[in-house]
Amino acid sequence: MYVAVKGGEAAIANAHRLLASRRRGDATVPGLTLEQIAGQLSLAVDRVMGEGSLYDPELAALAIKQARGDLIEAVFLLRAYRTTLPRFGHSEPVDTGEMLVERRISAVYKDLPGGQLLGPTFDYTHRLLDPELAGDPPLDAPETAADTGERVIRVSDILGDEGLIEDDPATDISRPVADITRTPMEFPMERDARLQTLARGDEGFLLALAYSTQRGYARSHPFAGEIRIGEVDVEVMIPELGFAIVIGRVKLTECQMVNQFKGSAKAPPQFTRGYGLVFGQAERKAMAMSLCDRALRASELGEDITAPAQDEEFVLSHCDNVQSTGFVEHLKLPHYVDFQAELDLVRRMRAEHFAKAADDAATDVAKEAAE
Amino acid sequence: MIAHAADAPAQNLASYNFAYLDEQTKRMIRRAILKGIAIPGYQVPFASREMPMPYGWGTGGVQVTAAIIGRDDVLKVIDQGADDTTNAVSIRAFFAKTAGVATTTTTPDATIIQTRHRIPETPLHAGQVLVYQVPIPEPLRFLEPRETETRKMHALEEYGLMHVKLYEDIARNGRIATTYAYPVKVEGRYVMDPSPTPKFDNPKMHMSEALQLFGAGREKRIYAIPPHTEVVSLDFEDHPFEIQHFDEPCALCGAEQVYLDEVVLDDKGGRMFVCSDTHHCESRRAEGHRGALLGDEPAFGDQPLTDKEPAL
Amino acid sequence: MPHTPPSTTIYEGGFADPVGASQTVFRALMDAMAQPGTIHALPHVTAPPAPLTASASALIATLADADTPVWLDPALTKTSAVRDWIVFHTGAPITLHQSEAAFAVVAAPEKLSALNGFALGSQEFPDRSTSVILQVATLTDGAALTLEGPGIKGRASLAPDPLPQHFTEQWKANRQAFPRGIDVILAGPACVAAMPRSTRLIRPEA
Repeated sequence: MYVAVKGGEAAIANAHRLLASRRRGDATVPGLTLEQIAGQLSLAVDRVMGEGSLYDPELAALAIKQARGDLIEAVFLLRAYRTTLPRFGHSEPVDTGEMLVERRISAVYKDLPGGQLLGPTFDYTHRLLDPELAGDPPLDAPETAADTGERVIRVSDILGDEGLIEDDPATDISRPVADITRTPMEFPMERDARLQTLARGDEGFLLALAYSTQRGYARSHPFAGEIRIGEVDVEVMIPELGFAIVIGRVKLTECQMVNQFKGSAKAPPQFTRGYGLVFGQAERKAMAMSLCDRALRASELGEDITAPAQDEEFVLSHCDNVQSTGFVEHLKLPHYVDFQAELDLVRRMRAEHFAKAADDAATDVAKEAAE
Repeated sequence: MIAHAADAPAQNLASYNFAYLDEQTKRMIRRAILKGIAIPGYQVPFASREMPMPYGWGTGGVQVTAAIIGRDDVLKVIDQGADDTTNAVSIRAFFAKTAGVATTTTTPDATIIQTRHRIPETPLHAGQVLVYQVPIPEPLRFLEPRETETRKMHALEEYGLMHVKLYEDIARNGRIATTYAYPVKVEGRYVMDPSPTPKFDNPKMHMSEALQLFGAGREKRIYAIPPHTEVVSLDFEDHPFEIQHFDEPCALCGAEQVYLDEVVLDDKGGRMFVCSDTHHCESRRAEGHRGALLGDEPAFGDQPLTDKEPAL
Repeated sequence: MPHTPPSTTIYEGGFADPVGASQTVFRALMDAMAQPGTIHALPHVTAPPAPLTASASALIATLADADTPVWLDPALTKTSAVRDWIVFHTGAPITLHQSEAAFAVVAAPEKLSALNGFALGSQEFPDRSTSVILQVATLTDGAALTLEGPGIKGRASLAPDPLPQHFTEQWKANRQAFPRGIDVILAGPACVAAMPRSTRLIRPEA
């Protein structure tokens, strides 16, 4: 007798046991600690925090461990946890001008107040595999300057003081802050919601779009006005107290792209901005985000929308990797009911096709015989 | 055939609310459901949450079920018509664990049925709620990818494009070549996607006794069809809507006029057709119905699914 | 906005079991909305200050929160007690403008002259409309209304009282705006019924 294959609870449980074993790997090798992941794979942790939109290095490290290093899976784990947390409110805008910078570079000035500060960067490293790192070689202690506590002026402020770059759009403080986790997307999207969407968008997707703008698909003549990485205070307004208090510090990467703009009848020629702000040290993502942000300002700036990166619905509807991976991977689920429906249709249409062909052939033969 | 999950390890789940979602999220979803019911077929935007299962795997249906389910509900979950497909098993276990509710495979015993791709063969009764998992809720999406445009088309009741598409089908293939997710018009107003159910199931939506709720998590939309509501499959006078017909009855229970799965038996072209609705097939066999392939084998449909070892 | 400190009573009378109570109330309301004309029992789960009734307060406590502005009719705003109770138990902002309200609670329906002052939604987003909760003394002993439409097998009958002035004409106008329009929730004694915008009122002899 025929017995249908059933994917029951036991099968699922067994698959998950095997997964747990594969995740752990060779049991004679010590297991990874969260400290090791957070400390030594910190850029992976930063990416997971950014795209998971939850600032918690320890949980992000746990997610990476649980996901066997699959970062999109780790982002998903963090998101699914994040969504269960109560929402207490929103912070005051963070002041990146007050950032305690660890890295700060500008491509538009040779030197500038506060200086160029390279910080912990891969830039100018020679990409040669280092066999010594297979072990745990001793390291020289890093050189660090004493924190002078001095405010490092933002390049956009230098340009802004001269009126050479457009002002940041004035914030209407009476308008509620967008929250893309609590409001469904609506187009056209306001810039605050768009920046939130980009900030947790997939690095690879935004990178490719940013690249496309450089190759002529919505070229914006960008200059890296400034990239800065460091910690900022997070302040929350307490209505009962009537003032804001600092609830902690987060590390951020900010990128301000300076782009050309011809000006218009109304506005004098001015540079325009593209903006990127991401949790942790995530320079590639922040730069890609700022290029995409600028491209998406096309309609606001009266530019023709001709390229994918300028297409708001296209970019913002598809940049979330948790959504993308879920829907692409859902094709693994059984679809045999729908496939049956298609199968049936194709069979019937083929049968009609061959019947008609046979019919036509018979008619031709009859015609010939008659002639 | 109701499995009780009274021994769910509640203490381990202290950090999650009843049915997983927090109360604020449930309220938001409930409000969307009420609007959906009031405007049959209209897709209500809602602030869909990340769920602990992937987008595209039923998060919309799960959120709808989580928002409506109560301690006394009895839940049935099917995927492709079957209670024992992996994702159905997974979702059923999720609710047994997070809500401690009773689950069943028996269609008439369920108060809530969550489904992917099928409507049960057994007619639903008043008081039941059928919750559909929806991947792409917008019936016009494949004709017009832009939300801003499709929203306008719904607002203006401008559905010409859909008719053009269906008519092109006829011109090219001699018939409407849409076999699943076949668009319907609800109460003469909104064109609606019935989710990727085979068009065989479309007539079951019309004037159903049960409330039908649709959840699309990734796309953040909820819509509804109240009971006793007109649901008409789009067609043309010279090409009326028709459902699939199978040439043979179910090989196991002998049922006709049901949707069948084709099962490949060997590599020599051997195949058979069996009910896609596993509960319907099992209950018919329990009643003594025998299909061609079952012959004189004893009935096994009277055992509850949860007691069965999966035969992998 | 300074006001006199409320009496302690506004802090009481909320859900003792918020998860269970709100689910039970919601399911009754969902069934009422899905089958216009049918009457569904509501559990006694709230004890609000008068003139807000137990039914109406259970519904608003189930539905409203910080995301949903609530409008109250003059009968409910004679004192601050009802407003303060709703604010404390739901966190909902109270609005003075009908057109901004996600929910309206009306204790004296007979004094409500117009339904079209509420948010009706737009043609693109008809869901952005006000759901109006009318406190009624009865759902069965008023003048009978005959209902048709989605959710109703054939016809249904409902006899709520009191109702807004010229209700039949106003409802006809509401129905004509479809898919825009308000939805009405009728909060009777320990029970609820609903008239979504899709419901048509017909003359019984028609």
